[in-house]
Amino acid sequence: MEEHMTTWSSTAIWAAIGVIGLCTFAIRLSFIYLFGRIDTVPDRVEHVLRYVPAAVLAALVIPAVITIQPTIEATLVDDRVAAAIVAGVVAWRTEDVFATIALGMGTLWAIRFGPSLLGL
Amino acid sequence: MDRRFPHPDLLAGIRVSGPILLGIIPFALVAGISAANAGMTVIEAVGMSVFVFAGASQLAAIDLIDSNAPFVVVVATAVIINVRMLMYSASIAPYFQAFSTRVRALLAYVLTDQAYAMSVAEYERTPDRNRLWYYTGIGFTLWIVWQLGTFAGAVIGAGVPEALGLEFALPLVFLALLVPAMKDRGTTTAAIVAGAVGLGAAVAGVPLSLDLPIAAVCGILAGVTVDAWRNI
Repeated sequence: MEEHMTTWSSTAIWAAIGVIGLCTFAIRLSFIYLFGRIDTVPDRVEHVLRYVPAAVLAALVIPAVITIQPTIEATLVDDRVAAAIVAGVVAWRTEDVFATIALGMGTLWAIRFGPSLLGL
Repeated sequence: MDRRFPHPDLLAGIRVSGPILLGIIPFALVAGISAANAGMTVIEAVGMSVFVFAGASQLAAIDLIDSNAPFVVVVATAVIINVRMLMYSASIAPYFQAFSTRVRALLAYVLTDQAYAMSVAEYERTPDRNRLWYYTGIGFTLWIVWQLGTFAGAVIGAGVPEALGLEFALPLVFLALLVPAMKDRGTTTAAIVAGAVGLGAAVAGVPLSLDLPIAAVCGILAGVTVDAWRNI
């Protein structure tokens, strides 16, 4: 029996894993189960669902890219913001996930490590 | 029906998972490493990845267990972080209607931000894509890599070079999917409002990771409103 740095017992940890796991599975299954029981998805529901991808993706991307700083300049002059702008243009022109990541990460690394690699 | 195995759309799903793994692998390593640092065993760390299979909620739970938070707080926080998947479940459900309950349960088990976003984008772009195989290719590739990554992280227990910022690959994946999802005035409005509210919520410090559901709901409402306005 290994010792925990947390004071939680192994039983408590497994109980938490079990409860979180069951609830998470129930959330995932919810509508996938329900919509299988009914013949068609109601028009009104489908109408609302068409906005979900854009809204969720934007809510995931923007806070991960931008960190609000005291000044507008400090907020926008940031390696992640620059990398995301490059990646956004690539995504718009190519719609290619790999190209978007490659050029986005490339930009991030060029800004972070470029100056010291060039001896600046 | 195509009886070839492996089905070409399974391979297509596995292939598109490649770039996502750039973001998933460091994330999984971090989940394993922080579990080890919190004093969880390798089996507990991997067990959490198998039973929960949701990165953000796992990290939050590990962090709270590490600080000896009460059981209810740990469970509630982790579950609330995963409430966003209700939206994914509803959004992807129409595509899965034809499958048996058992198959749908299996597909639901591997539902993640990435599997959802990549699949729905592809279903809209390529309607004759085999939905089951394509989604399976993404979902189970991510599942396997997530398990291996947490295992490796829990065993290594050491740090990944943080300056590389590999975790930034994840928002880039979402960005690559976001741009084509903004296809008209309604969806573009939904994205702008959701992004702005998400940023505002991050600044205001909304507790328990409720930022995402709040921002998404505001965006969806804005999209619906803009389109309803135009159609009056």
